[in-house]
Order: sequence, then C-alpha cells, then structure tokens
Amino acid sequence: MTSEAANTAAGGSTATGTGADTIVDVGTRGVGADVGRPDGVPKVQGRFAFSSDLWADDFLWGHTLRSPHASALIRGVDIGPAVAMAGVYAVLLADDVPGCPTYGLEHGDQPALADGQVRYVGEPVALVAADHPDIARRAAEAIVVDYEVTEPLTDAEAAPTAAPIHPDGNVFREITIRHGDLDVTGEVTVEGVYEVGMQDQAFMGPESGMALPDEDGSVELFVSTQWLHVDREQIAACLGIDEEKVRLTLAGVGGAFGAREDLSLQVHLCLLALHTGKPVKMVYSRDESFLGHVHRHPAKMWYRHHADRTGRLVKVEARIVLDGGAYASTSSAVIANASCFAAGPYKVPAAHITGLAARTNNPPCGAMRGFGAVQTCFGHESQMDKLAAALNMDPVELRLLNAIGPGDRLVTGQLITGTFPTAEVIRQCAYAPEAEIPLSDDRRDLPGGSGRTTDAADTVRGTGFAVGFKNLMFSEGYDDYSSAACRVSDGVATITCACAEVGQGFVTLAQQIARTELGVDEVILAPAQTATIGSAGSSSASRQTWMSGGAVQAACREVRAQILADVAAEWGVSPDGLVLRDGLVVSLDGQQEALLAQVTAGAGYEADVEYHHAPTEALDENGQGNAHVSFACAAHRATVDVDPDLGLVRVRDITTAQDVGRILNPTQAVGQIEGGIAQGLGLALMEEIVLDDGLVRNASFTDYVIPTTLDMPDVTIAAFVEEPEPGAPYGAKGIGEPPTISSSAAIAAAVRAATGQDLPRIPIRPADIALG
Amino acid sequence: MPDPYSLRVNGVDCEVADSDIAESLLFVLRERLGLTGTKNACTEGECSSCAVLIDGVLTCSCLVLSATAAGQEITTVEGLGDGRDGLSAVQEAFVAEGAVQCGFCTPGLIVAVHDLLEANADPSDGDVREALSGNLCRCTGYGRILAAVNTAAEAKRSQP
Repeated sequence: MTSEAANTAAGGSTATGTGADTIVDVGTRGVGADVGRPDGVPKVQGRFAFSSDLWADDFLWGHTLRSPHASALIRGVDIGPAVAMAGVYAVLLADDVPGCPTYGLEHGDQPALADGQVRYVGEPVALVAADHPDIARRAAEAIVVDYEVTEPLTDAEAAPTAAPIHPDGNVFREITIRHGDLDVTGEVTVEGVYEVGMQDQAFMGPESGMALPDEDGSVELFVSTQWLHVDREQIAACLGIDEEKVRLTLAGVGGAFGAREDLSLQVHLCLLALHTGKPVKMVYSRDESFLGHVHRHPAKMWYRHHADRTGRLVKVEARIVLDGGAYASTSSAVIANASCFAAGPYKVPAAHITGLAARTNNPPCGAMRGFGAVQTCFGHESQMDKLAAALNMDPVELRLLNAIGPGDRLVTGQLITGTFPTAEVIRQCAYAPEAEIPLSDDRRDLPGGSGRTTDAADTVRGTGFAVGFKNLMFSEGYDDYSSAACRVSDGVATITCACAEVGQGFVTLAQQIARTELGVDEVILAPAQTATIGSAGSSSASRQTWMSGGAVQAACREVRAQILADVAAEWGVSPDGLVLRDGLVVSLDGQQEALLAQVTAGAGYEADVEYHHAPTEALDENGQGNAHVSFACAAHRATVDVDPDLGLVRVRDITTAQDVGRILNPTQAVGQIEGGIAQGLGLALMEEIVLDDGLVRNASFTDYVIPTTLDMPDVTIAAFVEEPEPGAPYGAKGIGEPPTISSSAAIAAAVRAATGQDLPRIPIRPADIALG
Repeated sequence: MPDPYSLRVNGVDCEVADSDIAESLLFVLRERLGLTGTKNACTEGECSSCAVLIDGVLTCSCLVLSATAAGQEITTVEGLGDGRDGLSAVQEAFVAEGAVQCGFCTPGLIVAVHDLLEANADPSDGDVREALSGNLCRCTGYGRILAAVNTAAEAKRSQP
C-alpha cells in the first residue's frame, strides 16, 4: 500500500513532523540517544564491503581512456592496438552508446563518451574491459586518438561573450535579485573583490563499482552514489533500455560530500558488462578520481555594502561569477544558492545581486558540501569585517545588530517562518570563553610543524569570527520527496529506504526512529536499492535526516496505527489508549499488555510511504519568491598562529555554535561538525585544484593536500542551539553543511587579524602572506 | 607469471598463484587473497588506508611488491581482533567513540593505532597526532579518532 504523508503548508492530509513534543520515548537506543552505528563493528574489522571490494566469478576490469587536452577535436581513433592485446575483451567508443549520448543531473549536456570533441582534461573518450587491471590500463594507453588541439576557454568572466564551446552555449544560468529600493545608498560603504579556489571533495573511497549483465538484456549495478534512482534514470537513458532493466544497489560508500551526485563510471560499467556479457568492475585510481568527478565552483565576487552610521545594513550589491567548467552538472542550482544567500544571515532591506555560472574548458564543477553558500559566505563575512572596521565597531556587535531571524525576509523576499536563530548562534559562539592556548614549545604546534622552520618568537596570533547559513533540501519548486517502507513481524521491524548511506549516519538514525516510533529494539535495515522501494532523493543538501527520516517516521507510524487498531479491536478499547513500548503493546491505564512479538507473530504489518516537504516556488525575474524550505546557520571563531615571514599558518582553536533544530544523536552530530570544519579549514588554507590552461596540475594526495591530525585543532562546540523546527521530524535540522560554510571565512579573518593583510582570496597561500 | 609463492598473513600461509610480478601487496591481499579490509584510497603511499604490519613494521602495502613480502609476517586489520566480541581495545574504542563515519580510512587507522600503542602505552596528544598524521580521514576531522585513541590507550593500560 502507498500513501502520502504530506507535510505541506497547502493542506496536506497528514501532518507528520510536529516538533519536539513528538519524541515519545527517548530510551537508551531511540531518537536523541547516543546510539552507535550499525555498521561500526564491520567497519573497524575490515569486513564492511565497499564498492571497491566487490567480486564475482570470471569478472573483468574496466578502464577509462581520458582526454589529456582541455579542448580538442577528435579527428580519429584507432582502437586496433588495444583490441589486439591478449586479455582485452572490449574497447568501446561514443558510437557504442546505444541510447541517449549524453547525461546530466539537471541538464543532459555531458557525453557518456566524447564524440568528436573533448572539452576538459579527463573527459572520457574510450572504455576497455580486460582480465587484469594492468592490461586494461595498458590497452587504454595503446588506443591512438588523433586530436586537433584547440585554444581552451578558461576564463569564466569571458565565457558569455566568447565563441560557444558547446551547442548549448557558454552560460549555464544568469540570475538577478532585485530587492527593495535599489536607489538607496548608505552613509558608509565598503567594497571588496574576493576569490575562492576550486576545492575537491577528496573522499577516501575511490569511484568504484561492479555491473553484472543478465541474459534478458538487463543489468545489475552495485555502486557508490548519493542518489540511486536518479542514477538509474540517466543510465537507462544512455543504455536505451527501460528503467526496470537497470537495477542499482548501493555498495559501501567511502564518503561523498557532493562528488557522487553526478554520474562517473555508472554508464561505463553497464556498457562494458552488457557488451562483454561478463561482470565488470572498475576502481578509479586517485589521480583518475580527481579528474573523474565534479569539484566546488571557483568563484569571483564583487561586493559593495551600504550601512548607516549605526551599522544597520541599508543595501548589499554583489556580482558573483562561478566557473562551472565544461558541463552543466548542478551549476544552475549552485549559482541560485550563491545568489540567494550572498548577503548572509542578515536583515538587508535592499539588495541587487547578479550571479553567473559559466561554461569553460576547466573541469566540471557541481555539488560540494555547502553548495554555493560557502563561496558567498567568504564574501559577505569579509565585507562585514571590513564594514565593522570602517564604522570602528566590534565585528560581532555589527553582526548581532543585523542578524536575521523569524519574521524577517531574505533578499529573495521570502519571509522566515521557521526557526533561524542567527543572533543566538552568534552570541553562543562569540562569547564562549576563549581557550587559553599558550604559545607552545612543542614544535609540532608551530606553523609549519616540526620541521624547525618557524620560531615561536616570530609567530603572531589572530582571532576571527564568521557566521553563515544555507537552505535545507532542494529549492525552487523541486519536489525532492523520499520513500520508505516499514514492516513489523514477530516483534522485529524492517526498514526499507533507498537513502544513500555515505558515512553520515543515516543508518543509525533510521534505527533510532523505528525504535522510538514502534517501541522495538531490533530494527533490520534492508539494502538500499532501486528494485524494492521508490526514490529517497539525494544524500545532499542536508536533507536526509528530514526527508528520509520523515519517510521512515511516517512509515513506522502507519504500521503502529495498524497494530494498535487490531489490538484495540481485540481488547475492545480505543487505540488512543494504547502505546508501543519496550517490545510491548500497553494500555495507558496499565490494565492490559501484550508482547509485540506475539501480536505480530507471522503477521505482515507494513506500510510504504512517500514523504514530501512543503512546496516551494520558482524565483521570478527579480529573483523573488519563496524558493526555499528551511534554513540552518552556524558560527565559527578561529584562533591562528601565523609566521608572517614564511606565510605559514597553524589553526590553534575552532569554537562553534550551530542551529541544529534538535539533536537526534549527539556523537554523530559532533562528528558532522568536526568533519565539516576540517573541510572548511582545508579550503581556507591548503586545498585547491591548481589549473594551468585547463590542465589539472595536482591530481594526487601528494600535491592536493587535505588536513591531517597535525592541521586540525580541537573543536570546541560552545552550543548546539536547539530550537525545534516546525514541520521537521522531531524538530531536527540537517547538520552536515553549516560547519563547512563559515569555518573557512572565520579562519581567513583570523589570519587577517594576525597579519593586518587584506587576503581577499582563499585558500590563503604562503606567498599571499609572505609576499602580500 | 612468476612461480607461485606463499605469503604468511595473520598467521596463515596463503598460496599466491597466477599473480603478475608487478602486483603490489595491497592488490594481492585484496584481489588474490580476498582480504579486502586493507583499503585502496590512493595507492600512492599518501593516505595509509592500506596500512599493514610487515614483521611488525607499519607499512603502506600499496608501495610493496607482493613477492618481496614472502617469508615475512604480515598482519592486516583482519588479524587484529581479540577480546570481547572479537574486537581489540582499539577497535572497541573506535566504535564507542564515534570515530567511524564512512569507514574507508578506518582499517588503516586501526592498524596504525595498534602500532602506536605497542610502542608507546601512554602517548601525549602531540605523540598521537604525529603518529597518525599520515592517515588521511575526510569525514571526521579527527576529533573522535583522537578520543578513541585515548580511550583505547586507557583501556590497554588498565588491562591486567
């Protein structure tokens, strides 16, 4: 049976999440408790099967030949030398794609295999299947591609007026926000131009998977992804077969952070498997992974803030240019976020913001944790510090004066109707006691580490502060629903949901929710796959706790109602007087109880639901509209030591407060916050894909450096600000993205405070400080 | 193909047949012997997800030609369990402290922490950070991992 648990403002029949009061019984293993991950033990034992651990009888290894050029025409391809190699089973080119030649998450403009032209370094050109991975790689290298190299377009600002490098043109989206009286000016204005480099998600588990062909022309794919059902849709179109003939199962996912929202090897694996009739496995190497997935958009941002003499914001003007790279991916949604949130979590009566996401011959950019809000947070927070300096005002006081909250409007005109405790988050973080961090005599604590490069006496310390926010769930009218099924039999609950567990801990929450709603202890999680359940939507946009959590909750409640109705009928009482608790059906008057295992013995109580969030609207031609479902904010205070001569930075402390709605699992929440901050630290100080005419110069962990234990300081969580969100299951907000949004800006502010330099670009490189 | 050879892994002699001489120890463990606990995040010696002990020395198995490890004692994450529920104190602490998210770096960290605590039963925060600075983790920001190392060290010290 299917029902809709519509949680809508527009008269949905069944309201689901009603806030914190719906927590029936926290218990020790339910919602709110510090429950461990169900996959924790196999993961520490090395028994958990990731997508690179798959094995099948007589399987082949796939390999991808990629373009070495950012822009070139393909005049011819000679696969002869590869085909002739012993152990090679297939060599495939664009002509071998039987269905739609292109795919894409929002706009299908990316070729499954390059056809006559390549538009970025790393674009897939040919596929090989062989009986050993080294033979597959050598065969790919033996393919002769005759390229006519052309001048790459690598400047996003120049893209709109340059000759089109794709039939769909060089502009993914332009967006203009006009809000309030645009003729107004402030008594005080500050301007700045800011840049953000291209960050990589750098998940640990490389892209990998295995496809198994069936004799009926269908294919089974085990793969690491963020969204099984949208993968299936794109794969089936490229293969030219019905979606039912493509069955996906989530294989163990080694992190995602946005980089698995787009397809990478999915179509390729299925093509090779169907072509050879054998199972085919692919595992990207690390350098291939850097080329094989989208990155965070590099940004250039021009800002002018207007305020009155008391510090009240009067108007924000901004122009934002994002380099989307060669193909659309999610660029149109990223530029919408960047534009909508460009003014920050502040009351801004007037705003004129223009955003452009442009196509270039750089690597494609798309989703990464924070999704557009990260880039503009660096811009608006740099501006707020500049404005505070111009007003001779405390930067925290300036932010508090302008902090947005319920009843205020965003620059898109959207009225804030849910919780949005910006001021509380600022206060909790900024006024938390500062840890005493003595200048250490342990060289490992100094900028540059134990290499004896920095003297403690030469370091300077600075503290910086930033606050940021973003939306939860998808926006602009998109109905990103989730589906879940619950079955209770013999006292055991089984939950089926296609939500991609990527490490975030949804599997833990799903069990906690089922325990709380059903009073059971044992909760089995069925595999996440396309054949057994509808879409869960993407594990992105901080949305799964709300959306798939909401779907699981609704499914459990429907089953609970069925059970209680049957028991009530048998006992001749009202179901309102019965609860499920501790594996029992209990009457509230204490007169009757029965074992749930007996009540559900051999029975099949089950429900299958779709859960929808409140509908949103498109933005109009002025960028106005109720485009977003909900918002979450966080603040960060960073303390850094800097060696100004060498340009080296050591972050000594990060303190944070975050708007979480309601904490469902404290340890998992801490893990999300610490991990998100580490990625923000990376963007602030060390992480950038270095490009040279479109060529990626640092596709390795040797040259693309991410934070280690020696780079990450202890994180002090000053407060989880718990204001339950109306309409959210248990009042909980997604917590994955806010830690990554303002942590970079806070660290940059701290380095500015230490050095007195402008530092308008992140990552801050040693030369920016030493030679700046 | 070279002659078959034998690797001693977790106390068991394992025949390696049909292996190309160029195969790394990581590849042979994973693809020839089915020991997929040892992970392959970078295969270039930068992330330590493939860490194993070879004659007690912490080593990136991706950088070792498999055949050269013949005759040595190889210990992988699969060989470290003991105690309650087959979990070592380190493994138990990782589970209890929430040190695991996606888990891809976890096996390498488990091996590295075993190695650290064998050499230093009471490491300082700086010692732990330095010892694990070659183990990349992208999910956790290391906070819960460091907490787990402290918990494991305490548990091991309190063992009779």
